[in-house]
Amino acid sequence: MPIPPPTPNTTVINLETPKKFRPLIGQAHTVAQEVLRPIARKYDVAEHERPKELDFLAAILNGMEDSGATSGAGAAGAGKGEDKPANGNGSDPAATKNGSNLSTALSIMEMCWGDVGLLLSIPGQGLGNSASAAVASPEQLEEFGGRWAAMAITEPEAGSDSASIRTTADLDPGTGEYVLNGEKIYVTSGERAELVVVWATLDRSVGRAAIKSFIVERTNPGMKLDRLEHKLGIRASDTAAFILQDCRVPASALLGSPEVDVKKGFGGVMQTFDNTRPLVAAMAVGCARACLDFTREALDQAGVGIDYDKPALSQSAAAAKFLAMEAEYDAARLLTMQAAWMADNRKPNSVQASIAKAKAGRTGTDVAFGCIELCGAIGVTETELLEKWARDVKILDIFEGTQQIQQLIIARQLLGRTSAQLK
Amino acid sequence: MSTVAERSTGLALKAIRQIAGLEVIDRVGLRGPAERALYSVTKNGMGAAATAGRTFTVVTGNGKSTRPRPANPKGLFDLTPDEDQQMIVEAMKEFAAAELRPVALAADSACAAPAELLESAGELGLATLGVPEELGGSAAEKSAVTGVLVGEALAHGDLGLAAAVLSTGAVPTALGLWGDAAQQATYLPAFTGEEVAVSALAILEPRPLFDPFALQSTARRTADGFVLDGVKALVPRAADAELFLVAAELEDRGPALFLVPTSAGGVTVTAEPAMGARAASTATVAFTNVPLPEVALLADGDQEVYAECIHRARLAWCALSVGAAQAALDYLIPYVNERVAFGEPIANRQAVAFQISDIAIEVAGMRLATWRAASRADAGNGFFREAAVARQLCVKHGAEIGSAAVQLLGGHGYTKEYPVERWYRDLRTAGVFEGALLV
Ligand SMILES: Cc1cc2nc3c(=O)[nH]c(=O)nc-3n(C[C@H](O)[C@H](O)[C@H](O)COP(=O)(O)OP(=O)(O)OC[C@H]3O[C@@H](n4cnc5c(N)ncnc54)[C@H](O)[C@@H]3O)c2cc1C
Repeated sequence: MPIPPPTPNTTVINLETPKKFRPLIGQAHTVAQEVLRPIARKYDVAEHERPKELDFLAAILNGMEDSGATSGAGAAGAGKGEDKPANGNGSDPAATKNGSNLSTALSIMEMCWGDVGLLLSIPGQGLGNSASAAVASPEQLEEFGGRWAAMAITEPEAGSDSASIRTTADLDPGTGEYVLNGEKIYVTSGERAELVVVWATLDRSVGRAAIKSFIVERTNPGMKLDRLEHKLGIRASDTAAFILQDCRVPASALLGSPEVDVKKGFGGVMQTFDNTRPLVAAMAVGCARACLDFTREALDQAGVGIDYDKPALSQSAAAAKFLAMEAEYDAARLLTMQAAWMADNRKPNSVQASIAKAKAGRTGTDVAFGCIELCGAIGVTETELLEKWARDVKILDIFEGTQQIQQLIIARQLLGRTSAQLK
Repeated sequence: MSTVAERSTGLALKAIRQIAGLEVIDRVGLRGPAERALYSVTKNGMGAAATAGRTFTVVTGNGKSTRPRPANPKGLFDLTPDEDQQMIVEAMKEFAAAELRPVALAADSACAAPAELLESAGELGLATLGVPEELGGSAAEKSAVTGVLVGEALAHGDLGLAAAVLSTGAVPTALGLWGDAAQQATYLPAFTGEEVAVSALAILEPRPLFDPFALQSTARRTADGFVLDGVKALVPRAADAELFLVAAELEDRGPALFLVPTSAGGVTVTAEPAMGARAASTATVAFTNVPLPEVALLADGDQEVYAECIHRARLAWCALSVGAAQAALDYLIPYVNERVAFGEPIANRQAVAFQISDIAIEVAGMRLATWRAASRADAGNGFFREAAVARQLCVKHGAEIGSAAVQLLGGHGYTKEYPVERWYRDLRTAGVFEGALLV
C-alpha cells in the first residue's frame, strides 16, 4: 500500500486577534471612542430618550457589513455560521475558520469599551436578530432579515425558567392565524425595534417542545407597550413590557417548524443561546477593559507602576490588585474568543458558551468594583464614567442566563445530570 | 503504537519517531508498578558533596549556533494543535496514564521517581524537546507550545513525576535557545547521546517574596572567568545532576545564567523534600566559591534573555498546573456522581455541582492563557505580560482547585487513599517555583 503523502501543517495554535479582523476592530474602536463615549453620559441621564446619533451609526455599520465578508459590530452577525472557509485558500475543509461569530464578538468588545447601553440600542443590531437568524427559514430571513428585532422571552412569572412561560399561541383554523395571549417583560429595545420575536407555547400541557417563537410586527395592535423600566444601568437601552391580547399573526410568523416534536424538545430555540451567550460575554469583556484602561491611567498619574516581571506581592497592593484583575479579564476574553471560534467552526460549544458567559459575567462586575476600590472618589463620581460602567456591567451577569444558570448548564453537561436531578 | 509510527512517516519531528517507537512504553508496561524499584531517599542524603559527574571539555563549535526555527502563524485564531503535536500529546497522555499515575503515590512518599521511569523518559527524548533537530534534539519548531502541551499531558498523570522527567530538559532547552556555538558543542552532546545527563535550572532562593530579578547569588569576575556563590532552593533531581544552569547577580550586569558542571567543585546538595512535587527529588544546592570559565556565561549576560528564561519557566509550571487541575476535575466528576449522601448523589446538590462548574471554568481559562503566551513566544512576539497573566491565573486558581478537590471528597479527600490530597499539595507548591522547568 502506498504511503500517503504527509499532510502539511495547516494549523498553528494562535490566540491572537486574527489579522484580517484588525481593520474592523480598529473601526469599531474608533466608533466607540468618537461616537459612543461622548454621548454615554447624556443617555444615562436622559433615560428612555432615543439616541438619535445611533441612526446615523447604523447606516455606517450596515455599510461596514456590506463591504466585507465579515459582519458588523452589532449582534446581528453572529449565528450565521460560515459555509465557506474563511481562510482564503478554500481548498482544505478541515482548516480552521475565523468567521462572523468571532468577528462580531471582537467588535462588540470594542463597542462596549465605548458603551454597553448604546451598543444595545444600535438599530438593527438586536439580539433578536441573531436569535431569529439561527432558526428562521430562508423565506423568513428574506422577509424580516434586514429589520431590527427585539426578543421577548421573559414573563413576570418566568425568567430563568423560560420553559414555564405562559404566553399562549392558538391556531385559528378559520383564518390560519396564530392568536397570542400573555405578558412579556424586560424586552430590550422593545419600544424602538420594528419586530418583536415572542416566545409562546402551542400547548402548555406539553412543556418545552411546544414553545415556539413568533415574529410580531411592533405595530401589531394586539401587542400593547405597557411601560418602560427605570434601571440601575444601561439606561440608554430601553427595556419594555408588553401585553399581548388576542394578538393575531400569520402562520408564516412562526419561526422554524410548527411541529411539536417532544424528542427534539427545546433544542431549536435553546441553540440560539450558544451563539448569543459569547456575545454577551464579549460585552462584559469590553466594559471590563474600559474600567481597566481608566484605572491604569489613573494609577499611572498617581505614580503607581505595574511590573509584569516582579512578583505581584513585592509591588504595591494597588499594583498587585490590578495585575490580578487584568489576569481574570484576560481569561474571560480568551474564553469568549474560544466559544465564538467554536461556533464559527460548527463545533458543539454550549459548555464553552456558558463558561465564557459565566466567567465574563462575574469578572465584569469584579473588575468594575475592584477598579472603583483603586480609584476612590474618581471611581464613583458622575464626572467620570467608571461608576456608570460599574452599573452597566451588572446586567451582563443576569440577562441571557444568569451566573447561576450558566453554572447549572455547565454542571449538568459535565456531570451528565438531567434537569430533574440537578435542579 | 505502530499506528502512530505509521502516521508519523514523513514528518519532521524526531520526538514523534522516538515516541512512536514506544517499545519503551510496552516494555515498562509489562511490569507491574509495584515491581519497579524506586530510588532510595538516601541517595540524596544530608549535605553530601555532589557526585562529580562527567567533565565537560570545552569545544569551540563551528561558530554558528543553531536555534529552533520560529513558528509561522498565519494570523488566524486557532486552538487546534498541529498533527505532530496531536501525536505527541496522545502518546504522552497514554504514557502519563500508564506509567505516571500508578506510581505517583509511591514516588511522592519516596521523594523520588522510579529509576526505570526516568530511563524511559530519557529514551523518549523528553529532555531534548526544546533542542533543534540539527543538534540532535527533537524540536522542529514551535517548541514552547509543544512543551506546554507535553507538560500538561504528563502532569495529568502526576505533577511531581512530570517535574521529575521534564526538569532535566530545562538546561538543554536553554542551550538550544540561547547557547552560543561553543556552549552548544560542549554541553548538548551530553543530552542527545546514549546516556542522557541529568541537569537542573536553579533560580529560586529560599526567602520570602523571592524576586528572580533581585538575586542574592552572585558571580564575581576573575582573570579567566567567574566565581559563583549562592544557595538555590527546591532544585529538582539535584543530587543526580551533572550540570546546573544557575541564576546569579553578575556584577555590573544584573541577573545572568551560568553553566555550572558539578565537577567544577564547591557544589553541595542537601535533600529538601517539600509539601508538593516530591517525586522531583527537590534539594537545596549551595554553590561555594565555584570557579567558572568565560564560556560558562549564557547569552553574554543578556538581560532580555534572562527575563525570557524566567517567563518560559513560569509557563512550564503553568502547563503542569493546568494538567494537574484537569486531572482533579476528571477525577471529581465520577466521584461526585457516585457518592451518595442524604439519599442522592452529591452531584445533585448545587453547592457541589457549581464547584465542578467553577473548576471547569477556571481550568479552561488557565489553559488558554498558557497556550496564548506560549504561542506568542513561538511566533517571536513579546510574551512577558501574557506569561505573567498565565502565572497569576494558574497560581491562584490552581491552588483553589486543589483545595476544592479535597473539600468535595470530604474526609476521604484528606487521606492518602485518594489522589486529591496530592493535587492539593502539588498545585499549591507549583505556584511557588521559579525556574526548574523550561518550555
Ligand atoms: C435590562 C434587562 C434587559 C433584559 N432583556 C431581555 C430581553 O431582551 N428579552 C428577554 O426575554 N428577557 C430579557 N431580560 C430578562 C432576563 O433575561 C431575566 O431577568 C433573567 O433571565 C433572569 O430571570 P428573572 O429576572 O426572572 O430571575 P429569576 O429567574 O427569578 O432568578 C432569580 C435568582 O434566582 C436564581 N435562580 C433561578 N433559578 C435557579 C436555579 N435553578 N438554580 C440556582 N439559581 C437559580 C437566578 O440566578 C437569580 O439569581 C432582561 C432583563 C433586564 C434586567
